[in-house]
Amino acid sequence: MPNIVEMLHITKDFPGIRANDDITLQVEERSIHALLGENGAGKSTLMSILFGLYQPDAGTIRIRGKEVKVSDPNVATALGIGMVHQHFKLVHNFTVTENIILGMEPRKGILVDMHKAEQKVEEISKLYGLAVDPKAKIDEISVSMQQRVEILKMLYRDAEILIFDEPTAVLTPQEIRELMQIMRRLVEEGKTILLITHKLREIKEVADVCSILRRGKLVGTVPVADTDEERMAEMMVGRQVSFHVQKTRAKPGDVLLRVEGLNVKNQKGVLGVRNLSLSVRAGEILGLCGIDGNGQTELVHAITGLTKVESGHIFLRDIDITHLSINERSDLGLGHIPEDRQKHGLILDFTLGENFVIHNYYKEPFAHWGILNKKAILDNAQRLIREFDVRSGQGPLTPARAMSGGNQQKAIVAREIDRSPDVFIVVQPTRGLDVGAIEYIHKRIIGERDKNKAILLVSLELDEIMDLSDRIAVIYNGEIVGIVDAATTNENELGLMMSGALHKAHEATQTGREPAHV
Amino acid sequence: MPARKEKIVLPLIAVLLGFLLGSLIVILTGRSPVSMYAAIIKGFSGIDIINGQPINTRYIGEFIIQAMPIILTGLSFAFASRTGLFSIGAEGQLMMGSISATAVAILVQAPKVIHLPMVLLAAILGGALWGAIPGFLKARYNVHEVVVTIMMNYIALHFNNYMILNIFGSVDKVKTVPFPDSALLKSPFLESITRNSRLNWGFIPVLLAVLIFSFIINKTTFGFSLRAVGHNKEAARYAGMKVNRNIIASMAIAGAFAGLAGGIITVGTFNFGRVIQAAEGYGFDGIAVALVGGNEALGILLAGLLFGGLKAAQPLMQSQGIPREIAGIIQASIVLFVAMKFGIKMVLDKFERKQVPTTEGERV
Repeated sequence: MPNIVEMLHITKDFPGIRANDDITLQVEERSIHALLGENGAGKSTLMSILFGLYQPDAGTIRIRGKEVKVSDPNVATALGIGMVHQHFKLVHNFTVTENIILGMEPRKGILVDMHKAEQKVEEISKLYGLAVDPKAKIDEISVSMQQRVEILKMLYRDAEILIFDEPTAVLTPQEIRELMQIMRRLVEEGKTILLITHKLREIKEVADVCSILRRGKLVGTVPVADTDEERMAEMMVGRQVSFHVQKTRAKPGDVLLRVEGLNVKNQKGVLGVRNLSLSVRAGEILGLCGIDGNGQTELVHAITGLTKVESGHIFLRDIDITHLSINERSDLGLGHIPEDRQKHGLILDFTLGENFVIHNYYKEPFAHWGILNKKAILDNAQRLIREFDVRSGQGPLTPARAMSGGNQQKAIVAREIDRSPDVFIVVQPTRGLDVGAIEYIHKRIIGERDKNKAILLVSLELDEIMDLSDRIAVIYNGEIVGIVDAATTNENELGLMMSGALHKAHEATQTGREPAHV
Repeated sequence: MPARKEKIVLPLIAVLLGFLLGSLIVILTGRSPVSMYAAIIKGFSGIDIINGQPINTRYIGEFIIQAMPIILTGLSFAFASRTGLFSIGAEGQLMMGSISATAVAILVQAPKVIHLPMVLLAAILGGALWGAIPGFLKARYNVHEVVVTIMMNYIALHFNNYMILNIFGSVDKVKTVPFPDSALLKSPFLESITRNSRLNWGFIPVLLAVLIFSFIINKTTFGFSLRAVGHNKEAARYAGMKVNRNIIASMAIAGAFAGLAGGIITVGTFNFGRVIQAAEGYGFDGIAVALVGGNEALGILLAGLLFGGLKAAQPLMQSQGIPREIAGIIQASIVLFVAMKFGIKMVLDKFERKQVPTTEGERV
């Protein structure tokens, strides 16, 4: 097969950083070409150049052998290039079809021919096995369906070259498998896919070729079939990476967090958490796993004070914190890595330095008599940036908005781990991070455990839960259906419990207490 | 272009384009833009370039008088805006400042060192209270501040007029008795150096207000939490900040700035409380000033001076045979061009990109 995309010697500078340094990328037609790299390695920049969002400072682009100048996304669309962004660009109160035809509506006289549009959307949806309802409102469909709408948007515009920017970051394991099938189907039908990711397993599963970037440079392009995950990880990070977390057996102490008979309403006004009880001891990690939307968010928000509780109690040590303010909980030693980094975790228009102190800005040394101490804030930022390897163009003065998603996540994790709270609610701590960063953050979380902190880990990644946790609680439909020992359980058992097919609540509490006697 | 440079360059370009459009309209109406600029220069500096007379400092005084209240209403709008609130209430808060100042000026007898600060403090508190009400309604019941502030402007207008006519005894159905000297900002000295303009000590509290605005927003922990709430309410809540308290405080402080403007007009420009026929436009001018000034203290000061000067130039333009509305058109188009800053930025970026290959080409 001939090369459909050729990006030759591409260089792109941003203030303070060379995002792409003489990168050459050649993509064969009808293949899935993965782009692998750490957070901030320049993958998204390179693809944004191909899609016309940025102009390269040097280098040329050839599409189907012809040199082109992609000056804006309209040009890219005309060249048959489509992109699914990490954060979807959909109008929420429009239907699927309305979103897809936006900007190129089929007309009947002066009216939009909605019927014809719906038919065409249905047709494309069937052809690629997307199973999207053309009449559904975006508000009413799941995240993975919204992603498919984005895919349909590209296909409706006859895109031949499809760019996926970290498409699996927002999906559950089940949805990821479905997406992989869709991608294969797309290639069978003659499309070419460029897949931005840092998940090795996905590359191994679906990609044909993999190009690896590190700190803005191309490290190499390898056929996926002949390369193993360890080798790719090493090329990406520049050193050997261990996939498994090293940890000693937990030595649980007193119960630091206790939830009793908790009922919490969700956004729809019905109970999202029902009569839930659990406890986390000092020096242990309790993993909470479940399929997305089974009450995890409501539970976490109730414990941290973001949502009101209907009934039940939450104790931190032996203090009833059920009705305390967020600030009071925080002062008592409750920490929280939030699930939604752009909604809760960061103030995007603040600088990185300011974001590091959003909890403590009024305390010494960051303020004195109500006046901010800019130098202390700056020093704090420099220390955290160094310690957690947060990469950004202008250091502490970088606006959070200008940072890559992975580095935003690192910044939040750095801030929260640095506060070293006694009770630590950790939600999706490594979402969107590369293996190198994951390894480091896992180590730090274990470190907190070994400092005798109580950690409640909530994650949709089963591997993460199994690797880090000492005990695992499974949540289904707002209830804890089982608590098992992490050392003795397996993926199968957890999967059955997550789907509500198996209850193990009683037996599990027993196993959970065992280590305390050791 | 770096963000900092952008914040300065884009408004400047907008101002330039505004004047350009104004000139174009003058030319279209068959008059000379030269006489328009002569009037504007005279309005700002008192220099008469056409007749070549020496500087008439009276114009400088009058131009500063025009700028003072709209700098304060600009600060008012900007302060609320930095907390994510869209306050249209400066006009009414200004009136409440006026009436509070009038009350203290007439009812209290004290030496100047006590009386004058009391008058200004009353104006500040009157405005702050009037601002706090929509803040409270927003925080407690989530009533949109735009609706509440607009309505409260009317209440303030009629409250002011009722009080003047019925309580403080209007002398001729338009104004109260004159205030005692101890309540006034007026300065024979300033009047004498500006050929009997209405210039008064009011510019000192205005400058202080600009400094206080910048200090609160940039240097204090309170300002930090206000900005946090303004940018991302949810994240501010997550971080443990008191979002509702901040909304009320921010609206009250915004009201305080506008209230001070009312006080300065009442005991500076005038020396009596007066019936106001209809909104005088200080509130809306303030929004424009804040927009052009990029919601930053220094920017608001400069934009306020610019718009004040254009206001002062209006009668001069008329005497040159240029319709006074042209000044309004220039103001409006500056605001329009500021609002179009993304468009201007795109054009600039394209221009910068085109520059790069040509310089390389020359080198070859």
